[in-house]
Amino acid sequence: MRPSDEAELSEMVRAARGALAVRGGGTRGVAFGDGEVVETSGLSGIRLYEPGALTLVAGAGTSVAEVAAVLAGERQRLAFEVPDLRGVLGREGVSTLGGVVAVNACGPRRVQVGACRDHLLGVRFVDGMGNVVKSGGRVMKNVTGLDLVKLFAGSHGTLGVITEVAFKLQAVPEAEVTLQSARPLAEGLALLRKALGSPFEVSGAAYGSFGVLLRIEGMGASVRYRAGALKALLGGDWAEGDGKLWAMVRDGGGLGKGALWRVSCKPTAAEAVVSALAEVDHEATFDWGGGLIWIAVRGFADGGAARIRGALAGVGHATLMRGSGAAVFHPEAPGVAALSAALRAKFDPTGILNAGIFERGLASAGHAISTLSNPGKSGQGSGG
Amino acid sequence: MDMPVPDQAVLSARDRIIARLRGVLGDGVISDPAETRAYECDALTAYRCAPLAVVLPRSTTEVAAVLRLCSQMGVKVVPRGSGTSLAGGAFPTSDCVVLGVSRMNAVIETDYDNRFIRVQTGRTNLAVTGAVEADGWFYAPDPSSQLACAIAGNIAMNSGGAHCLKYGVTTNNLLGVTLVLMSGEVVEIGGPYSDAPGLDLLGVICGSEGQLGVVTEATLRILPKPEGARPVLMGFSSNEVAGACVADIIRAGILPVAIEFMDRPCIRACEDFAHAGYPDCEALLIVEVEGSDPEIDAQLARIKEIALRHDPVAYRESGSEEESRKIWLGRKSAFGAMGQIADYMCLDGTIPVSELPHVLRRIAEMSAAVGLSVANVFHAGDGNMHPLILYNANKPGDLEICEALGADILKLCVEVGGCLTGEHGVGVEKRDLMHVQFNAADLEAQLRVKDVFDPGWLLNPAKVFPLDVTANRRAG
Repeated sequence: MRPSDEAELSEMVRAARGALAVRGGGTRGVAFGDGEVVETSGLSGIRLYEPGALTLVAGAGTSVAEVAAVLAGERQRLAFEVPDLRGVLGREGVSTLGGVVAVNACGPRRVQVGACRDHLLGVRFVDGMGNVVKSGGRVMKNVTGLDLVKLFAGSHGTLGVITEVAFKLQAVPEAEVTLQSARPLAEGLALLRKALGSPFEVSGAAYGSFGVLLRIEGMGASVRYRAGALKALLGGDWAEGDGKLWAMVRDGGGLGKGALWRVSCKPTAAEAVVSALAEVDHEATFDWGGGLIWIAVRGFADGGAARIRGALAGVGHATLMRGSGAAVFHPEAPGVAALSAALRAKFDPTGILNAGIFERGLASAGHAISTLSNPGKSGQGSGG
Repeated sequence: MDMPVPDQAVLSARDRIIARLRGVLGDGVISDPAETRAYECDALTAYRCAPLAVVLPRSTTEVAAVLRLCSQMGVKVVPRGSGTSLAGGAFPTSDCVVLGVSRMNAVIETDYDNRFIRVQTGRTNLAVTGAVEADGWFYAPDPSSQLACAIAGNIAMNSGGAHCLKYGVTTNNLLGVTLVLMSGEVVEIGGPYSDAPGLDLLGVICGSEGQLGVVTEATLRILPKPEGARPVLMGFSSNEVAGACVADIIRAGILPVAIEFMDRPCIRACEDFAHAGYPDCEALLIVEVEGSDPEIDAQLARIKEIALRHDPVAYRESGSEEESRKIWLGRKSAFGAMGQIADYMCLDGTIPVSELPHVLRRIAEMSAAVGLSVANVFHAGDGNMHPLILYNANKPGDLEICEALGADILKLCVEVGGCLTGEHGVGVEKRDLMHVQFNAADLEAQLRVKDVFDPGWLLNPAKVFPLDVTANRRAG
């Protein structure tokens, strides 16, 4: 099904007799509902763009590329950096704004400006009963009523089908510099944390096969000053790095074969997480000063889930982005899981929207792998 | 303003309820009417009602015990931080227990390597920064009441402040909470890492005005202090021109930490009160930028270039700490200055920045029509307005005229694409205006969230949602 507007979508949901798999562009979802596919690509188009107010409102099916091009024309952008996961997930298709919201996507700049949720001003959606609902709006500060906007960011299509989104934008800074330095792991991670604890407004802090990578953005003179001050603070040799490396970090860390994990953790716990894989065939790329780790693991039936999740107790969580043999989403504590399940039941009482993806996981991960080996068939992702 | 009829069964069981509360809290229960009167209102002083009792627990365990007990006895609970809400967010009912977190103000953990602090939520906003500033760190959200307001209230209202243009509001700086549900169940949500694995419960808890649970501990993002900051003050010949200058600064991609706006009535009042040396003009902007001295120079040069295109009648860059203090002095004393002149009601609507000139013009027309003065002082960078309507509380009928004008101004904010409240919250004050911004389906979706967390509808009664849409649930 491909509704062309909100009213038509509402009718389709009301008339549904079974499960619906909500799908944006199918480029970034990691868990897949069964049932008839509902595509949001017909709910597209920029509805409002006010460069002077740094605000954009668009249909959920609007392509990320189209929006990026329009914003670039005014030297503006979505500050949270939208990852393109088609490479690491083996997908094709056109990424949509709704999908970006559904998975609460974000890239390296999260350390400075936050994730998609922090830039999302409003949503419209159709819930599991077919009700058309709005929350938030298009202004920067809004505490009117409960914040369902945040609740929908990262809901993976389970609470409702997102139909329209409003974003806060950022002006593209006039200058950007990337600093690069080869260091051993422990020293490299410590340098990232030190850089983020400095007043020099680091907008990217990554470590991987490329060594330590730090990014500074802003007005030209200011960027030069802060880069110099940061080098002096951190010590050692620094080269001007290739800014293109940030796209690789953003898009899954540039990691090859095997189960792919996205780990969010307390930065100082990062080293212990990869130590748990010490004698295992794996690669890791660290972002957010160690707060995000992309890990590719080979040779484990569970993709390394037991070891990785075992090392994260109380300090973070891991999502299986690619691979099989383990739950896609990190198990939630019982109290949290009960609240989340009750919320889903309130918004979708018959459980038709991307049904069971948070509870299930195992089978859906297998589905993801099948799309990998068959790139012609794109996944029915909650995300786009 | 209407409030629900008090629960007679609860009122008549008063002594038994208090005895059972004493059983779990000992001397942490206040029931003497002479003492509960101190809790009869928050900073929205127009409405007053003493609660049945006040409890001041010392720990999450005690909060859980109180909530479990009240839940069992069907007693409503009004959570309270420091009582600085301008919207009546902690306004009691005569059949409720006020649960104050003021005794819970400890720092639990400070971790610079991972950039967070964990505190009990009775701690004041400024005392969070106070715990880390000697080491060069700060907590960014800075509501005007930061000396007094508690983190619990900041989380409940998703508080902002003058500097949130750059650093975001509470929800953007909150990593995790310990939440006690009305049932007494304690739930840990989030932690010292980014983004939840499942639904973003933290996002809906922040700003929920005590409707979903009581937050007893919070993990907050702390940031390294900037090297320096410097404000510039500029005066303009009209509100429109000042508004256009704001839009140009934002569009140029400069990110000041604050852009504050004051109109003529406000400038005059502040000048008479604080003698900050403000120029005599129609509209005034205070723009503050951060960084090292050379960075500040570069940013201010760019801002000056933009401002000069709008023919400012005054342009004054701070040259010293003392001058910076003076530039902020008038702005920071704005509410106090207004209080000297008259009683006032402070509104909090947000509008798209592009609508500033139109909305200011309409407010002037509307206030003239009813014969009350309105002074405007607000965070212009994000369109969060604070019109102050001046009235005389001793003059019969004046409060009603003021409230009607306030409602009309907030309707105007919604009409131009904005919202009823940008940072103060809905509370009881704007509860009945929610229909202006939300239709029945929008409100129903919010009520369903409340149903999940507080199925008995006992937490912070008669706030946020219009009474007519909650009647069935409250009766149930």
